Amino acid sequence: MAIVKKELPLARSMCWHCQSDIGGEYFCQQCVKVQPLSKDIDYFTALGLPRKLNIDTGMLETKFYEMSRAFHPDFYEGKSDMERAVSLANSATLNQAYSTLKSPIERVEYLLRLEAGSAKEIPGKAPTELFEILLEIQEQLEQLQTLKAQKGTGSEEIVGRLRAERGTLEAKRGALERRLAELFQLWDRLVDRSSSDQGQKTEKEQVLKQMRDIVSQRNYLNTMLANIAEALE
Amino acid sequence: MARIVGIDLGTTNSLIAYMDGKVPTIIADAAGDRLVPSIVAYTPEGLQVGDTAKEQLTRHPERTVYSVKRFMGKGLSDVQDELQYFPYRLTEQAGVIQIHIGDKALTPPEISAMILKELKSRAERFFGEEIRKAVITVPAYFNDSQRQATKDAGKIAGLDVMRIVNEPTAAALAYGLQKRKQGLIAVYDLGGGTFDISILKLKGGIFEVLATNGNTHLGGDDFDRRLMEVMLEEIKTTHGAHIKKHPELAQEVRVRAEQAKCRLSSEKEVSVEVPLPEDGGTYRRVFSRKEFEAMVTDLIERTLSPTRKALVDAGLSAADVDEVVLVGGSTRMPLVRQKVEALFGKPPHCELNPDEVVALGAAVQASILAGGIQDMLLLDVTPLTLGIETMGGVMSSLVRRNTTIPTSAKEMFTTFVDGQTSVDIHILQGERELAKDNRSLARFQLKIPPLPASVPRVEVTFMIDANGILSVTARDVRTGEAQSIEVKPSYGLSDQEVERMIHESYIFAQQDIKERQRIEAVNEAQSILRATDKALARAAEIQDLTTSEEQEAIRQSAAELTQSLTGHDHRKIRQAIEALNRASSPLAERLMNHSLQDALKDKKLSQMP
Repeated sequence: MAIVKKELPLARSMCWHCQSDIGGEYFCQQCVKVQPLSKDIDYFTALGLPRKLNIDTGMLETKFYEMSRAFHPDFYEGKSDMERAVSLANSATLNQAYSTLKSPIERVEYLLRLEAGSAKEIPGKAPTELFEILLEIQEQLEQLQTLKAQKGTGSEEIVGRLRAERGTLEAKRGALERRLAELFQLWDRLVDRSSSDQGQKTEKEQVLKQMRDIVSQRNYLNTMLANIAEALE
Repeated sequence: MARIVGIDLGTTNSLIAYMDGKVPTIIADAAGDRLVPSIVAYTPEGLQVGDTAKEQLTRHPERTVYSVKRFMGKGLSDVQDELQYFPYRLTEQAGVIQIHIGDKALTPPEISAMILKELKSRAERFFGEEIRKAVITVPAYFNDSQRQATKDAGKIAGLDVMRIVNEPTAAALAYGLQKRKQGLIAVYDLGGGTFDISILKLKGGIFEVLATNGNTHLGGDDFDRRLMEVMLEEIKTTHGAHIKKHPELAQEVRVRAEQAKCRLSSEKEVSVEVPLPEDGGTYRRVFSRKEFEAMVTDLIERTLSPTRKALVDAGLSAADVDEVVLVGGSTRMPLVRQKVEALFGKPPHCELNPDEVVALGAAVQASILAGGIQDMLLLDVTPLTLGIETMGGVMSSLVRRNTTIPTSAKEMFTTFVDGQTSVDIHILQGERELAKDNRSLARFQLKIPPLPASVPRVEVTFMIDANGILSVTARDVRTGEAQSIEVKPSYGLSDQEVERMIHESYIFAQQDIKERQRIEAVNEAQSILRATDKALARAAEIQDLTTSEEQEAIRQSAAELTQSLTGHDHRKIRQAIEALNRASSPLAERLMNHSLQDALKDKKLSQMP
């Protein structure tokens, strides 16, 4: 494997304080001042990771803690205004990067945003094969609400049916997540191959599209399950 | 770096602590007292804070402010339900509560500042140097306005507030330092007025808060009230005495209720006695722990739902938690411990002093900031979702609750009308869908250069700093220039108001010092006048001890001293005291010799064999 020069995640290549070359380090080697992360830095780069979807969360945490020790405002109280501003901005970026990459779903949503320009929150889409059952659930939820409002009877039967249907939705969500895990593997293999031919590009786009579709269905199911949970409370 | 102290500004009591080498330590007063009651009295005798103010609760109820923390960062409508319990008068001005004491109207941050000043001067006496920097704790579930109000209080007290730290996380710092523990801990903090639950991961010196939840209006005060209600009702029916007519009775009952509650944590039953006004006799009542627990079970159970929510947000179940730490005086109640144990399935830790651990943790955080402790780092979260109001009165969230701070969010704004020069941004905090159900933090007015509709593009950055406090900046994307933003806090003081209060508090302190010096001089003068009277009377009984000229001179000086007491200048009083001393000291000396000779004579006679 060829040795690649470390990616520069910093705003500039020269120290803001002493103008010496900082070679991608967080602290200037000459004057030890903290260096600002680039405004356009992506979260993978910020945490020193390739754009892959399977992440060792233990290692991620270690990296996060290590960088927190480097950037957290607690360690910059007596420092200059510039250093404190850099510490605050870097910490904020680091915290967002960590919380995004920690969760597999947020991680893939973020990747879709980077690679396919998706919206921040991918809108939910009902899984087509569950269409009928979803309609039923919607109806039952409305009935239950009406019954509750009028203090009417007969809610037990609806509650029982909703419970059963909840199981179906949860099973579907589980299946979606398993399929997503497979796509994670596929994506990572494509990243590792790292060639620039057209065939691979198309393949990557295919995977992204499938992942986007799954995330969208999962978001829909989540909302529905939350509504059921609320109604059953 | 200058010394930084740690302060727990509590609902009921406040404490100040520092790092003594590697050990966080509470600073006590000369008498050894560690707690300063969070009470401020402004009586005809002057301003009193702490223990002396506590004595005024029943003497001057309408001039003695307690539990002021419940009003921090709030408007009057937020506390409407409990107004009847407070003997002092409350009004509101521009979203800030005003507490009326005599002819003065003071805001909660100003009252809190008086408590902070008391703590500050306690530390200054201890160190023999000025203290300027502090870390102050707040309930984790405090919103932005409440945090800002606490910071304002610090400023008014002349303190540079280096950090606002959440109370349960401060407790975790002190606990972690002491026990060197790793793993998942839950801090259950039930204090005088607030409840917090925080779930933390402790690993290699990092204290990472995973989730927090709570209720800023639930605590020991509410337990006292349940007892109080029962007592007042019984007093009304059996003795016909009503609190409306007797505010001092309400305070008397409140104080007794609080004492009874505390004793019921260790005793199975307590008897309470309250002297009634207008010689109405005494109200007597025995409360058993069982009876008391039945009165407050529902209050304690209100802590369980936030606890479960925090666990869900942390992605954990109760069984995953390795240890549960109890903080706050109210966790001394056996029923609280039982409920916590039942929820987590393990007995909670209560070996740390629940009153002191928060202040100790604040001292630890202070040491981290001062560069003393370098291997510990606290990563805290924002407790509530932050958002802005969008079309149709819906809240659109920018930063979700339990996001590690510092953090930031960006939002792009543009115009709808040609030539529009400003955009209003309404900032909200809370978990509800609709804007009106959430807490309004502030309204920002963003200034925009006049251009055709939707041409301007202004990027607004919302930054939550390590204190959990929001700041907003804006930048014109096309020009890269900073845009001005005008802030109108919904429930808080403006910067100008804080400046004015700092100034006033300084003047107040000056008056205060003068007043104290005058009172001290008056007291000294009165005791000297009494001694002079006695000396003259005694001298008259002894032959040839004094001349009438001397007596006249002494009387003249005494009269001048008495005259000086009507003035306000303590230096004039001091001069008159000096003059009287000079006039009377020869006589005093002769009197002393005379009594000495007397004593010796007596002794010799009695000792004769």
